[in-house]
Amino acid sequence: MSIDIATVKKVASLARIAITEEEAERLAPELANILGWIEQLGEVDTSSVQPMTAVIPNHLRLRDDVVTDGGVREQVLANAPQAEHGFFTVPKVIE
Amino acid sequence: MAELTDLGVAAIRDGVRAGDFSAREVADAFITRVGAAKALNAFLVETPDHALAAAKATDDARAAGEELKPLAGVPIGMKDLFCTAGVPATAASHILEGFTPTYESTVSGNLWRAGAGMLGKLNMDQFAMGSSNETSHFGNVISPWRRNDGGNAPLAPGGSSGGSSAAIAARLCPGATGTDTGGSIRQPAAFTGISGIKPTYGRCSRWGVIAFASSLDQAGPMARDVRDCAILLEAMAGFDPKDATSLDLPVPQWEAGLSSDLKGKRIGIPREYRVDGMPAEIEALWQQGIDWLKDAGAEVVEVSLPHTRYALPAYYIIAPAEASSNLARYDGVRYGQRELPDGAGLQDMYAATRAAGFGDEVKRRIMIGTYVLSAGFYDAYYTQAQKVRTLIARDFEQVWEICDLLLTPTAPSAAFALGEKSADPIAMYLNDVFTVPSSLAGLPAMSVPGGLDAGGLPLGLQIIGKPLDEQGVLDAGLAIEQRAGFTARPDAWW
Repeated sequence: MSIDIATVKKVASLARIAITEEEAERLAPELANILGWIEQLGEVDTSSVQPMTAVIPNHLRLRDDVVTDGGVREQVLANAPQAEHGFFTVPKVIE
Repeated sequence: MAELTDLGVAAIRDGVRAGDFSAREVADAFITRVGAAKALNAFLVETPDHALAAAKATDDARAAGEELKPLAGVPIGMKDLFCTAGVPATAASHILEGFTPTYESTVSGNLWRAGAGMLGKLNMDQFAMGSSNETSHFGNVISPWRRNDGGNAPLAPGGSSGGSSAAIAARLCPGATGTDTGGSIRQPAAFTGISGIKPTYGRCSRWGVIAFASSLDQAGPMARDVRDCAILLEAMAGFDPKDATSLDLPVPQWEAGLSSDLKGKRIGIPREYRVDGMPAEIEALWQQGIDWLKDAGAEVVEVSLPHTRYALPAYYIIAPAEASSNLARYDGVRYGQRELPDGAGLQDMYAATRAAGFGDEVKRRIMIGTYVLSAGFYDAYYTQAQKVRTLIARDFEQVWEICDLLLTPTAPSAAFALGEKSADPIAMYLNDVFTVPSSLAGLPAMSVPGGLDAGGLPLGLQIIGKPLDEQGVLDAGLAIEQRAGFTARPDAWW
């Protein structure tokens, strides 16, 4: 598996992590190495196997469609890096 | 009388109940010891007020003649992955610096309701990603153990629950919480000569526990012996409607059920766990463990788990994939750090925040996860890994037709020196080779100390059980513990 620098940059952008040129150069062989090691999974014949969806059998529970909490705006906003007028604030999105 | 900090969970509980000492005396003793152990870097936040308040409640209840709660008088350490109301939680990351949860994780809430107090929040690998405690933003945890070669090389306490393991081994707390995604309770327990159990997936609620890989993460206790683990697990476990994967089952009385008589039990020895290059001391310990279980009345059979060698690569697809999704929430909007370069738009803010906030190993795993989930690679990597996971779980289901429990070493070596493996991610990942398969299958598994290697460092034995058979796992752990007679402890150099 060869991971080139362009791939690293694309993955970083999908992951929303800013990386520098030097980091991309350092990460490319590192990720290639890990992915190369992971490739051995391809050896396993899984043609008749279902992918796992639940590790321990469990029932999906339903609950009544009622509000069970809420009214805690101060708590929700308490850890925001920036909050104004009861909202989370972010840089301008729409010009 | 022995020092109070030498007592474990059961001894403290019983001593407080009998009036041999007060909960306040216990709390004071541990608080002092925590304060004097900064060199280990095991605690990120100390919370003496929390421990003292719980102690006061216990002493007041006793004075009033009330019945004491199951953990009354017992102060514990809390891995920093658990959110506790009003106390900072960072998961040892920079990106969550400044975050103070306004809510309580279900597991910590259960422990406080049982009467426990908190000595502080314990250091760990950042977002639980690591096997050596070298990925914490707040510096490495140093194991209290030293090799007997006089070299004094700082050793890894294991990971990711390395603050928990170091604190217990150094007698800074009688017990602590850990979380285990691929071995993060069992491997650090083995490295520091203590016990730890990862229960069946779904026994302990994940609500309020900072998520790493949701289909694998499971909380469990770490303590000095098997009984203490049973006591703590009883308090931690239980159904939680707030966690969709929580099992709606009663919590067994594991402590009361403890028995080291293994007559009628069949113990499987998986031949695939004899990996190439395994140190002779680990082989010898494993054989010793087999002999101990036979002595306890068990019958030992060799079994096969044919897909064992694929567990680790499957894990390193599934765990990063889930992590990349879980950690998407750290974007500088709702909590934690924000980086806002001049003139940056929303996307730039996300990318800058995450670049500055995550450590190298966390970034590495998010990138791997993003890659294996990306269009074109999803089936080749992620779906294939989940299929292999089915096969690994099926291997275990098949051996349960021939045996009740499995015995393996916990880790392929004793604790290594800090820095020794950090340059090679795959060498580091191989540390979890014995613990990952049972994690992928959601099974209960525990590590108990079995002996020391030639360097004077602890080695652990792992017991893996059927789904929901924590009792069987604890019982076999107790049988080993009684025969191993492990009493070694690190000399206090800190």
